[in-house]
Amino acid sequence: MFEKLRVKTKVIDSGASGLDTQTLEVNVGPQHPSTHGVFRMTMVLDGEVVKSLRPVMGYLHRNHEQIAENITYSASMPYTDRLDYFNSMSNNQAWAMTVEQLAEVEIPDRAEYIRVIMSELTRLVNHVSVIGFLLNDMGAFFTPTLFAFREREKILDVFEAVSGSRMMCNYLRFGGVNRDLTDEQLGQIKVIVADFPAFLDEFETLLAQNEIVCMRTQNVGVLPAELAINASVTGPMLRASGVNYDIRKVDQYSVYDRFEFKIPLGEKGDVYDRYYVRMLEMRESLKILNQALEQIEPGPFMAPKVPACLKNPRNFKPPVGEAYCRIEAPKGELGFYVVSDGSKEPWRYHVRAPSFINLTVLEAMCIGYKLADAIVILGSIDIVLGEVDR
Amino acid sequence: MTLDEIKRHIEQHLPDVALKPVRESLLVENAADLTRVVEFLKDDGVLQLNYLSSVTGVDYLTFLECVYHFYSVENKTYSLQLRVRVDRDDPHIPSLVPIFRGAEFQEREAYDMYGIQFDGHPDLRRILMWDGFAGHPMRKDYQQEDSEVLDGDDIEWLRKHDVSVSEEHIKMAESLRTGGESEETQSEQAEA
Repeated sequence: MFEKLRVKTKVIDSGASGLDTQTLEVNVGPQHPSTHGVFRMTMVLDGEVVKSLRPVMGYLHRNHEQIAENITYSASMPYTDRLDYFNSMSNNQAWAMTVEQLAEVEIPDRAEYIRVIMSELTRLVNHVSVIGFLLNDMGAFFTPTLFAFREREKILDVFEAVSGSRMMCNYLRFGGVNRDLTDEQLGQIKVIVADFPAFLDEFETLLAQNEIVCMRTQNVGVLPAELAINASVTGPMLRASGVNYDIRKVDQYSVYDRFEFKIPLGEKGDVYDRYYVRMLEMRESLKILNQALEQIEPGPFMAPKVPACLKNPRNFKPPVGEAYCRIEAPKGELGFYVVSDGSKEPWRYHVRAPSFINLTVLEAMCIGYKLADAIVILGSIDIVLGEVDR
Repeated sequence: MTLDEIKRHIEQHLPDVALKPVRESLLVENAADLTRVVEFLKDDGVLQLNYLSSVTGVDYLTFLECVYHFYSVENKTYSLQLRVRVDRDDPHIPSLVPIFRGAEFQEREAYDMYGIQFDGHPDLRRILMWDGFAGHPMRKDYQQEDSEVLDGDDIEWLRKHDVSVSEEHIKMAESLRTGGESEETQSEQAEA
C-alpha cells in the first residue's frame, strides 16, 4: 500500500501505558488507486491516527496556463477539456463565458439552453462517478462504481452524439455551441432524464441506509462552516457544511434564473453530508433538465451578430481589458481570469481550479482520524488531478 | 454597491490608505497596506467581503501584479477585485494566509510561477514545480529549456548507461557550458 515507509526515531509517548511509541512518516501515493490520480499525501501517523498531513502535488503539471498564453483564444478550448476531464462541458462553458464577457458577445437563447442542458448532464456524470468512487475508497471494490458508470455511459453516449467525443467534448464556441442538437438527441436526453430518478432511488436505497456507509462516513472529516468559508472551499463541499452559496443562484449566469430549483444543504459537514448533498443535487439537476428540455425552442445556436473581432475565430483579437468569470462547476467554483493586450494570445490566463483550492482543508479535516478515514475524506473532496496540477 | 461606493467606504474608515481605480478594480498603491485593507473588507459589517475567491500573479514586464477577487457569502450582489503592484526584482507582498486560509495554496502557486515573496506565509514552498527547480516559469522572460540540446549532466548520464552520444550533441553541451558563445553563434547563423 505504501510506496515508502520510513520510521522516525522520535519517541512521543512513554507515559501512562509505559510503552514506547513512535510516530511513523508514511507516503500515500503518488501511485495509489485511492488518491484518484497521481497525488501524494505525506502523513505522520501515531499508530493509525493522522497527526499531520501534507499534500504533495504537481505530478501532472504541464503549465496549462503558459500553454494557453502561447496559443489563440479558441485554441484553448480543447485544452480546457483536459483540466477536469470528467466535466469538459462545464470547463468549456466557463472559458467561453469569460471570453464572451471580454469581447461582449450576446448568446442566443437556444445556445444558452444547450449549454445548461450539457452542464447539468455533466453534473450528473460527475456526481454519480464521485459517489461510486467514494464507495470504492471504503472498500466496496468497483461494484457501486460500475453501477454508477452504467448510468454515466448513457450520458456519455449523448456527449459523443453531439460533440463527437465521450469525454474531451470541445463542444462550446465563443458565441454559442459547435453544432445544433437534433430532435433525436433531445429525445435521447429526455429518455435519460426520465429514467434517472429510478436509478437514483435504487442507488440511494443501497447506500443511504447502509450500515457500513453510515459508520464510515458519519461524523468523519467534519468541516465547520466558518473554516469552509475562510478557506475558500466551494461547491458541494461548502454546501454540505451548511453554507447556502451556489453560483447558479448568486450570479444567475446563463439562463439559470429561468428555472426553479433548490440548493441542498448539509448540517454537519461530514463525509456523509457531502455524499448526500451530491445525491440531492442530482435530483435538482434533473429538475433543471426537465424545465430546460421543456423551454428550449428552435433558433440559432450561434450568435448571429458577433463583433467584428470574432468573425474569424482564428484571428480573434479581443479588445484590451480583463475578465474574471466563474461558474458553478460540479466540483465547485471554476473561474477563469484573462487579461487581453489586444493580440491573438491572452497576456494572462489563469484558472481558479475548485479541486486545487478545496484541498487546502484536507489536513484540517484529517487530523485526529485514522488513515483509512483520510482516504475516504480525500474521496469526499472530489478532486481530479488534471485540474489540481494544471 | 458600485466600485466608487466601495472605494469611498474604505477611504472613510482607512483614511491613510491610497487606493486607485484601475479598470473594474482597486489598486492598493502601497503593498504594505494590503493586510489592513483586507482585514477591513472581511470584518466590516457593511461590505462583508468574507470570501476570497482567487489569488493570482500577472507579469507586466516592468512590474509584477497580484490580483485578488473578493466575494461575499452573505451579501451577494457585488464583488471586489484588488490589485497590488510590486517591483519585479524584489517582489514582496504581505501574505493573506493569516486572514484567509484559502490563500495558502494560491499564494504558493503565485510564488512558484512568478517568484512573488509572500511575507508571513507559514509554508512558502514550490507547489506545482519540483523542489530544486530554478526560475519561475510563468514570467515572460523565462527561457524554456531547449529539448533538442543535451546538457553536460544528460550526456554523463547517458554515457553511464552505455548510450552512445553523437559528436554534435557533445559540441552543443560544450558550448552550453561555456555560456553565451553558443547563443551568439546561433544568432549569427540566423542572421546569415
